[in-house]
Amino acid sequence: MRAPASDVPVELEDVSVLVGPVALLDGVTMRLTPGAPTVLIGPNGAGKTTLLRIVMGLIAPSRGRVTWAGREHVAPDRRAIVFQRPAMLRRSAAGNIRYALAAAAAPRAKRTERITELLALVGLSGLERRPARRLSGGEQQRLALARALAREPDLLLLDEPTASLDPAATKAIEDIVRAVAARGVKVVMSTHDLGQARRVGGDVALLHRGRLIEHAPAADLFTAPRTEEAKRFIAGELLV
Amino acid sequence: MDTDASALHLVLTGDPGLYAIVALSLIVSLTALAFAALIGIPLGAALALVRFPGREAVIVFLNALMGLPPVVIGLAVFLLLSRSGPLGSWGLLFTPQAMIIAQTIMVAPIIAALTRQTIEDLWAEYRDELTAMNVGPSLRIATLIWDARFSLVTALLAGFGRAAAEVGAIIIVGGNIDGFTRTMTTAIALETSKGDLSLAIGLGMVLLAIIVAINAFAWGARRLGEHFAG
Repeated sequence: MRAPASDVPVELEDVSVLVGPVALLDGVTMRLTPGAPTVLIGPNGAGKTTLLRIVMGLIAPSRGRVTWAGREHVAPDRRAIVFQRPAMLRRSAAGNIRYALAAAAAPRAKRTERITELLALVGLSGLERRPARRLSGGEQQRLALARALAREPDLLLLDEPTASLDPAATKAIEDIVRAVAARGVKVVMSTHDLGQARRVGGDVALLHRGRLIEHAPAADLFTAPRTEEAKRFIAGELLV
Repeated sequence: MDTDASALHLVLTGDPGLYAIVALSLIVSLTALAFAALIGIPLGAALALVRFPGREAVIVFLNALMGLPPVVIGLAVFLLLSRSGPLGSWGLLFTPQAMIIAQTIMVAPIIAALTRQTIEDLWAEYRDELTAMNVGPSLRIATLIWDARFSLVTALLAGFGRAAAEVGAIIIVGGNIDGFTRTMTTAIALETSKGDLSLAIGLGMVLLAIIVAINAFAWGARRLGEHFAG
C-alpha cells in the first residue's frame, strides 16, 4: 500500500550527472516546494529531462544529494512521470490505466470506477476499449497522464507534455495540469514554449548546459530576469 | 501417378494405420513444445532482464544450441536413457516419452533464444514506464511475457516446426517401432527406403497440411489478438 508521507518538498543539493566527461547536470541546487507548478525551460540539451529523471528517482546523481521530504532513497510510490514519448502498454486504453492502478495497489473494487473517472478527466471517455497504441499522439499523451494520475501522486513530473501537439490538444493538457495542481498535486514540467511557462508556471527554472541559470517566480523571471542568459532566452535569442 | 493416387486414397479414406501415426506425431511434438515453452519462455525472459557475469557467453551458447543437429541430441538422450546410462533405470528408451524428452531438449533453446530477443526489445521500450510505476521483478517478467505474447507465438511456431519436421533424434531414441513409436517423419524415412512410396507420400501430404494449418491458425489468432490489444 501507499506510504502515508508526502514526497514534497524535493531538494537537490549540488547535483551533477556525469556521462563520461560530459555533465548532463552540473551542480544544480534547487528546492521544489508545494504549490503552483514549476516549469523547467531551456534549449535542447539543457538538462531538463535529466533533472526530471533525477527528481523521479530514475537515475542517481553522480555527485550531490536528492531528498524527498527530507528522506533519501524513497520508492516512487507518491510520484509519477509522463515521458515525452510515453510507451503504451499493449492493452486497451482502460487496460493501461488498470495496470497502473494494480501496480499502485489501488483497491480492486474501485478500479473500474477510477478508470472511468480518469478517462473522463483527460477527455478520453468512450475510448476505453481502443488499443492504446492505436490512439493518436495527443490521445496517447493524455492516456499517459491518466495512467500517471492513477497512482495518486503528490508529485507529478511532465516531460514536454505538449511538444508535438496542436493548440487545442495543448490547451486540453494545460487545463488538466491546472486542475491537478488545484487539487494540491505538485507539478513539475519541462517545456520549450515560453508562453506555456507563463500560462502554467508558478515558478520557472531556466537551465542551460546542465546548469541552473535562474529559478524565480514566473512573474519575476519574465519581467525582471537577473541573469544575462535569462534576458537573452526570454527575448527569444538562441542560447547555444 | 498410381503411387500418388493410392497416397491420396490412404489420406481420404482415413486409413487407421496412417492416422495412428499422425496422432502419435502430434502428441509427441505438441507435448514437447509445451514442455519446451514452460522451460524456454521463463528462461529467455530471465536472460533478457537479469544481468550477471558471463551472460553474453550464455546467450551465444543458447543461440548455438538452436543449430544443434537432431541426431546429436538423439545420441545424447540415447546414452542417458540406455540400460547402462545414468537414467537407464527409468526404462524410457524406445518409448514416446523418450521422444518427447529429445524433442523438448531440441526445441527449448529455440524458444528461449527467440524469447530472449523479443523480451529484451520490449523491455527497452517499457523500462522507464515500469520502473516509474515501481513494478517489481516478477510482475515485470509477467507483464513483458503477456505483452509480447503475439510475438512469442512466432517462437512457438518455430519450435513446433523444428519438432514436427525432425527425424534424427526420435528415430534414435524411439526406435521407429510400428504401432508404438512410429511417427510421420520416421515412417516416411522407413517407407521410402522400403519402396512403399504411397504411404510415404500420404504422410508427407498430411505433415505439410498440418504445418500449414497450424501456421494459418496462429497467424489468424495473432491478427485477431493484435486487433483487440494493439
